[in-house]
Amino acid sequence: MAIELLNISKRFGEFVALDDVCLRIGDGELTAVLGPSGSGKSTLLRVVAGLEVPDGGRVVIGGEDITEDPAQRRGVGFVFQHYAAFRHMTVAQNIAFGLRVRRRPRKEIADRVAELLALVHLNGLADRYPAQLSGGQRQRMALARALAPEPRVLLLDEPFGALDATVRAELRAWLRRLHDQVHVTTIFVTHDQEEAMEVAQQVVVMHEGRIEQVGTPRELYEVPRNEFVMGFVGPVNRLGDAFVRPHDVQVLPEPDAGTSEALVERVIHLGFEVRVELTLDDGRSVWAQITRATAEELELERGQIVAVRIAAPRQFTST
Amino acid sequence: MSAELALRDPTAGPPPIRPSPRASWAAGPSRIASHARVSRLGLRTVALGYLLLLLVLPVGMVFWRTFEHGLAPVWAAVTAPDAVHAFWLSLLLVAIAVPLNTVFGVAAAIAVVRQRFWGRRVMSSLIDVPFAISPVVVGLALVLAYGHNGWFGNWLDSVGIQVIFSVPGMVMATVFVSLPFVAREVIPVLREVGTEAEEAATTLGASPARTFWHVTLPAIRWGIVYGVVLTSARALGEFGAVSVVSGRLSGSTQSLPLYVQDRFENFDATGAYTAAVVLAVLAILILVVMNVLARNRRVVA
Repeated sequence: MAIELLNISKRFGEFVALDDVCLRIGDGELTAVLGPSGSGKSTLLRVVAGLEVPDGGRVVIGGEDITEDPAQRRGVGFVFQHYAAFRHMTVAQNIAFGLRVRRRPRKEIADRVAELLALVHLNGLADRYPAQLSGGQRQRMALARALAPEPRVLLLDEPFGALDATVRAELRAWLRRLHDQVHVTTIFVTHDQEEAMEVAQQVVVMHEGRIEQVGTPRELYEVPRNEFVMGFVGPVNRLGDAFVRPHDVQVLPEPDAGTSEALVERVIHLGFEVRVELTLDDGRSVWAQITRATAEELELERGQIVAVRIAAPRQFTST
Repeated sequence: MSAELALRDPTAGPPPIRPSPRASWAAGPSRIASHARVSRLGLRTVALGYLLLLLVLPVGMVFWRTFEHGLAPVWAAVTAPDAVHAFWLSLLLVAIAVPLNTVFGVAAAIAVVRQRFWGRRVMSSLIDVPFAISPVVVGLALVLAYGHNGWFGNWLDSVGIQVIFSVPGMVMATVFVSLPFVAREVIPVLREVGTEAEEAATTLGASPARTFWHVTLPAIRWGIVYGVVLTSARALGEFGAVSVVSGRLSGSTQSLPLYVQDRFENFDATGAYTAAVVLAVLAILILVVMNVLARNRRVVA
């Protein structure tokens, strides 16, 4: 169901967590809320779930104003960063919790639990305790538990934040496929721009309690509305008032129209990507992101003088 | 070795004579090891000696003196009417103080950890007051408040309830001195388990009551168990506060520790030792229960 947030404000003492936030998320969409810590993204999610009461504003789910409803009656699924597993219950009992609360028939619960265990690839682990699972398995269990009562919306608060890099990458891809299967409106909070852009159809960038920009991953990257968004969704070089992506710093063997000279300070090989740290002739530093093939072609090494063209610099009139 | 040689000034002449590498290898670690062994043994000896002199020997003496003349006098002392009465009174005090302080302790812990209210810190400190105040003072305070000329005393007299020099006062004294244990055991556990599981239960549709019984309580159950064990031990053994408020009427307001004291003062060594052994056995039972529970905990969780 569609989620609408209308003029939501929330303060914790002096700290402004949410400053008049308005957001609309369409039915069945997978949206990432991206921002640094303290940007208000988790608070936003908790307001939707009813775990925080906003100081002002309305929360509307599926056309129904639920601002006054307690979390217990909102019908949302919530997944926490640290799993929030019920440690004294087995995997199956964890998943069944929301169904038992609703007093569903025993048979129905058993069927639904089996179905969800298959969906999150935990077949055969039904009788384990959370302590006997890996982090990735625990988070999949938490997801199954949240999905079991068929929530109107699914809210994920840094769901992969506590996992190691390999597992994170797997779970991201898996979450995207899962969303294609389940199609529940999903908001997913993260501070990792790559994660947001890889998983979500729509990304909301937050900063200091405000929404800076909403768009597809591509829009945010290519047409950032301001300096903050540009810096947050990808690496940037700052040259005076202009910002340029490192892959728009072209390194050429020969000077050409619009190029300037630069000294190679350092060449860092990261596999397919090579980072070249440069000092321009006016003394400013930039770094360029080039492919391994290009680096080999140019035979780049420290101390070398190359020609550099700054393509597509971007300026923002005001932040 | 080669790095060391390379660093030395070549003009400095031949290297000084040093023990062969093998000798230094053999001497170094073993000397360190023997030092470690000596200090380890020393530590153990001190710790064991301490326990032996202060704990094992005196308690062992009580057991030995009790059974010195065989089982017949022991049996006679155990079945003496006043002893039996003291035994049941002590169990009654435990049976009242433990449930009361368990409910209070859990409620207080949740209030202190989960809620934000004015006076929360004051409340947290108040819970510790029974730890800080000498039990005798607790007894005197109860006498002042609930005794004949006390604040509530007159009113209590008028409705026909006698608190001081009677069982209700002993219950109050026992509850007072054993109050902090459950709260103090549960508070850190509650902090450690955090709020996420409770919040998860809420978003899954559980009522506050269901969340408490099905999520919070299982998460803090080991804290409660330890708290109950400590509360029981304290309630069972309390002497000072109970002594002041009880009036020590044998066969009526004498708990087991008071009975031990009474027998001792009346030169009834067998009676005193036997009652002391009963107390010690009860305490040991409590410890055994705690250890069994702790072992099960490791198996399950």
